[in-house]
Amino acid sequence: MPYGLLKLYGSNGSSMAIIKRKFDVVIVGAGGAGMRAALQLSEAGFKVAVLSKVFPTRSHTVAAQGGIAASLGNVTEDSWHWHMYDTVKGSDYLGDQDAIEFMCRQASEVVYELEHFGMPFDRLENGKIYQRPFGGQSQNFGGAQATRSCAAADRTGHALLHTLYQRNVRANTQFFVEWMGLDLIRDEQGDVLGVTALEMETGEVMALQARAVLLATGGGGRIFQASTNAFINTGDGLGMAARSGIPLEDMEFWQFHPTGVYGAGVLISEAVRGEGGYLLNKDGERFMERYAPNAKDLASRDVVSRALTMEIKEGRGCGKNADHLLLKLNHLDADVIKMRLPGIREIAIKFAQVDPINEPIPVVPTAHYMMGGIPTNFYGQVVAPYKTGPEEVVQGLYAVGECACISVHGANRLGTNSLLDILVFGRAAGRQIIEDLKKNSHHKKLHTDSMDMSLARLVRLDSQKDGESVAQVGEALRKTMQEHCGVFRFADMLKEGVTKISEIAEQTNHTEIRDKSKVFNTARVEALELTNLAEVALATIVSAEARNESRGAHARDDFSIRDDNKWLKHTLYFREGRRLDYKPVRLKPLTVESFPPKARTY
Amino acid sequence: MRFSIYRYDPDKDEKPYMQEYDIELEPADKMLLDALIRIKIVDDSLSLRRSCREGVCGSDGMNINGRNGLACITPISGLKEPVELRPLPGLPVIRDLIVDMTQFFRQYHSIKPYLINNDPPPETERLQSPEERAELDGVYECVLCACCSTACPSFWWNPDKFVGPAGLLQAYRFLADSRDQATAERLDNLEDPYRLFRCHSIMNCVDTCPKELNPTKAINKIKAMMVKRTI
Repeated sequence: MPYGLLKLYGSNGSSMAIIKRKFDVVIVGAGGAGMRAALQLSEAGFKVAVLSKVFPTRSHTVAAQGGIAASLGNVTEDSWHWHMYDTVKGSDYLGDQDAIEFMCRQASEVVYELEHFGMPFDRLENGKIYQRPFGGQSQNFGGAQATRSCAAADRTGHALLHTLYQRNVRANTQFFVEWMGLDLIRDEQGDVLGVTALEMETGEVMALQARAVLLATGGGGRIFQASTNAFINTGDGLGMAARSGIPLEDMEFWQFHPTGVYGAGVLISEAVRGEGGYLLNKDGERFMERYAPNAKDLASRDVVSRALTMEIKEGRGCGKNADHLLLKLNHLDADVIKMRLPGIREIAIKFAQVDPINEPIPVVPTAHYMMGGIPTNFYGQVVAPYKTGPEEVVQGLYAVGECACISVHGANRLGTNSLLDILVFGRAAGRQIIEDLKKNSHHKKLHTDSMDMSLARLVRLDSQKDGESVAQVGEALRKTMQEHCGVFRFADMLKEGVTKISEIAEQTNHTEIRDKSKVFNTARVEALELTNLAEVALATIVSAEARNESRGAHARDDFSIRDDNKWLKHTLYFREGRRLDYKPVRLKPLTVESFPPKARTY
Repeated sequence: MRFSIYRYDPDKDEKPYMQEYDIELEPADKMLLDALIRIKIVDDSLSLRRSCREGVCGSDGMNINGRNGLACITPISGLKEPVELRPLPGLPVIRDLIVDMTQFFRQYHSIKPYLINNDPPPETERLQSPEERAELDGVYECVLCACCSTACPSFWWNPDKFVGPAGLLQAYRFLADSRDQATAERLDNLEDPYRLFRCHSIMNCVDTCPKELNPTKAINKIKAMMVKRTI
């Protein structure tokens, strides 16, 4: 048997002795959500292990640009209730209104808290936090544009992630850097007892036992060929959850960001439009005026992405292939660009070879954010049909951030609500874990077969002969998802896509790597990541094929309108048998009146 | 395109060697990282770190034709062939282009890289004027890629004693923050023949920083603060 497995686990691949470590809490993922939760727990004195495939400040939160939504009202009058309305409307009424109220009410507090941690927000003349307008933000429940995004230039994610890492250094949080979570360990009651993980530097596999496991592994945007996402965004937490029998919620809803750099996919923040930039077609027409007469370029992202796609489809795209549009900001003062959008300028110069001070940036809609994920309540507890009820708490398991579906984003996320989401729910999950650990004072016993699933996967990978190439299978997956499950979705393409992705998912179980080294074997990591991407892709396309309506980011050509009678409900995808189930949207907020579904225009 | 890449896998190699690759690139391959991924399709054993592919995560620092930089924002078009790639200098190599950054992060942690303010936090934000905030520009943007510290001869010689340009840039980030109250403590922490004063203004750090930051300027400001408090 290759690699260190023989030494560690015996010749039959089953576990002889489990190498394990014990913690109060194991957090998988050190992006903003994982680190905000870790901070809460470390400061409360718990023994926390935070696993991350990359050094924490390299997590993809670092790439968030535009800001954090909070109704501070530093620039224009604002209220959490208006923010709540915008978020419900932005979600195309699929968001759970109790969770949305919970988030919007806490927004200002978590932003102030972050400022106290040292976050280098930009400032207004009066010394308060700088805020900028963003898409879908309104005053007075759909009135004038609001100015709600708290920003550190166009590097808000970088500033946030570094600030949270720094605060965790202060709190002495224990990080396991370059460790990859493999699988959840569940007992026969379904309770979660820990995770298995791979230490990348040594190739060793270990069981990390915990009284609470928090998944904060981010999104899986790498299922698409054109994606703003980092290489590491492979949906590992979703793969772990799905393999252990936990359903995935609302996976058909993927946000395509209107402005990825043409050809490169790198994100150009909505902050560009928030600061006054706008989109042009080949005729030099500001086409968003036709699609969203009021909000124009600051309509919701799903609306803007569809508009760009239509412009290209109808022959008004730019360039020799008429396949992109232009984002103009050279009418803005050069100093505004240098001060508020320096990162965008750097990206445009490097990846599009244009200086936006002089020339517009070529852009196309690009896969960006996963609204769906592991189903949770607004305390971060994973909820699933389990022992008795449809929304029962899975003991010992929590999820926050992009990998979770709370659901505050519903069918379409508003810009700058994701950084808010990770702060509010990272903290909430940390607090809930502290409560729950009072009840669960002891670790449950780990069975000797706890690591078998992970070991079997590793042994299979290392002993595979005549297998598929990881690069080729990955390429096929991304290409298929791009073609079959993009901005607009067609019944026949979805049906064919389900078949193709099923075949590709099967191939991921027969991949072969040539590199057998124990030491920092990135080929092995990529093969494992591919199995997670396949879970995400399959859940996405199966859920998308079934939803016969258009809502938020899910735009069906054959069912072009929203159908609240039949489809005002969350999808639950179960890996076993690729079964779908549904659960109602929580329309009742915590304290205020519900916002009933109505026509959504911008 | 031709490449010559440093290879070393302690699991099987007795010593490091340079491996030659001749790879056909696609029109979409614009940056060095694109080329490395192309190579990895052919040879999956080539190991490197990478993530955001847009120059903000700081993962893919390496020595490119003798100069440190981030592969993902280094255009292929400007590179002389064969492109010689080595791990960042001065740190132990784990494998191929992957270095052990423990020492680098230890130095970063040593400067207490977090805001210290012992007043009870106010109900809302602490106020900071735009001018005070501007002091952090060119400082807070560091991505901790280690290109600067591993280009610094003083850091090569004393990685355990000299904080290095990246760590010192961050030390200044907190010294310069109007909200921070630990100026004296922070300066005490650097008052040492090595920690700060091993910087001899060689300025390799400024030359190499892929984010165009200027650690030397920050270091000189810290030195000035040291002088100022003695008079």
